[in-house]
Amino acid sequence: MSRLPDRGRSMSLIAADHACVRFAGTEVLHDISLRVDPAEIVTIVGPNGSGKSTLLRALLGITPLAAGRVSRRAGLRIGYVPQRLQIDRTLPITARRFLSLPRRHPPAASAAALARVGVPEVADRQMADLSGGQFQRVLLARALLTEPDLLILDEPTQGLDQPGEAAFYRLIDELRHDTGCAVLMVSHDLHVVMSASDRVICLNGHICCEGTPQVVSHAPEYRAMFGLGTQGALALYRHEHDHDHTHDHTHDHGHDHGHGSARPRVGDPRGHGHA
Amino acid sequence: MLDDFLVRAGLAGFGLSLATGPLGAFVVWRRMAYFGDATAHAAILGVALALATDLPVGLGTLAVALLMAVTVATLAARGWAMDTTLGVLAHSALAFGLVAISFVHGVRTDLSAWLFGDILAVTRGDLAQIWGGAGLVAALLIWRWSALLTATLNGDLAHASGINPDRERLVLVLALAVVVAVALKVVGALLIAAMLIIPAAAARGMARSPESMAALAVGIGAVASIGGLGLSLWQDTPAGPSIIACAAVVFALSAIVGPLRRR
Repeated sequence: MSRLPDRGRSMSLIAADHACVRFAGTEVLHDISLRVDPAEIVTIVGPNGSGKSTLLRALLGITPLAAGRVSRRAGLRIGYVPQRLQIDRTLPITARRFLSLPRRHPPAASAAALARVGVPEVADRQMADLSGGQFQRVLLARALLTEPDLLILDEPTQGLDQPGEAAFYRLIDELRHDTGCAVLMVSHDLHVVMSASDRVICLNGHICCEGTPQVVSHAPEYRAMFGLGTQGALALYRHEHDHDHTHDHTHDHGHDHGHGSARPRVGDPRGHGHA
Repeated sequence: MLDDFLVRAGLAGFGLSLATGPLGAFVVWRRMAYFGDATAHAAILGVALALATDLPVGLGTLAVALLMAVTVATLAARGWAMDTTLGVLAHSALAFGLVAISFVHGVRTDLSAWLFGDILAVTRGDLAQIWGGAGLVAALLIWRWSALLTATLNGDLAHASGINPDRERLVLVLALAVVVAVALKVVGALLIAAMLIIPAAAARGMARSPESMAALAVGIGAVASIGGLGLSLWQDTPAGPSIIACAAVVFALSAIVGPLRRR
């Protein structure tokens, strides 16, 4: 459990407490404190290279911390959907067999999980032959089979088209309501963040700001990071357009403005450069 | 029954296939082909060292193959450019092995037995070694099967399920070193990697699950061993290359028939 005096020590499923991650001497995550409570959907947003995936991997215990700590509720079951899982064509495996890795599940349970995520027909198909949307749903089904308290999803809709993406997030929301599991996911899709999250954490090496989608979308840190400026909807459109196709622009102009007026979680002037 | 050298040779080939089938499947899935080559070529150096120091050859090859496999795995984990690194290591190990073996008196004449295998000369002791080693590897892979498969699909996915992908990689590295040591007598140092890759690749076209691919690879390896043995006996061809040639024919057939069947 988190020992932080000022936050929900009793209820959090998972909490990071002043966590830092360094790769080869470079600090990629600085002083991260966050928590996820039961049945809430928390989304982490941030530009490419801001450490979103690294943060998830640190919470999962895959990436070691250089400082700070991560605490989980005792007996916490996590269902994890990794970013961009590619199954080599040389490996023949059906969706049903994939669901039973590493632990076997009865065929009825596997079938029910596939039906729950809306792809009951793929059980006997080869994973390598599935469409992007089907593949992501099978990954989600596998995560659900562990009856998780917390689902961790790393950019789960990468490679899906817009309707597919919307449907996927609707499914996540339904699952949360049906099973009561919490969801922590990474996204760089602004629309999704605004419509499907209870809470948004804005990350750029450190936590720039966090709160409900409405609060965060008006925070200067957030607007500066995503280049919204004063141009409003047009800039928003352009920004998303860039993100869909290029992925190579930087947001280094981030934090020069706005530290005065908003309430940043970490007012760290050092945190501009990201890897 | 074991008095017949043909029976011993057939059993040696079949025993080796029990290990090379499932291990070969992992080598194919994880794209470790060159890794297998480097480890196998190091075996020649092991032979030279064993002969020079009067140690059992099996022990020498096992030690050097293990050293090479661990080196390669460590370098890979540190993010070295693997294509070049493996190329350097594989060919250096072979070259140093051949140079070293030329210093050992009286070996130069039957060097080809180490390079290409000598399955027809397998003794009862060799047979015990081959079945012992191959049985150990097969048992290890069956025991770790689910964890190995999960780690092969995705390291993070494995980690989140409580499996340490580094430990599973080490299991494969150990298995590879043992297989190299026992396969040396059967197919020779130059073609051990082929014995891993070709049966598994041939099995791919006919398999619908990881388990069936591994099992088919065992079968194809065994058939190729028997076929190669026959060819070697009939035409006095070198045993190792004959076995691999048979496996390659099976691969070619499966590459032609596989797509037709799927239609």
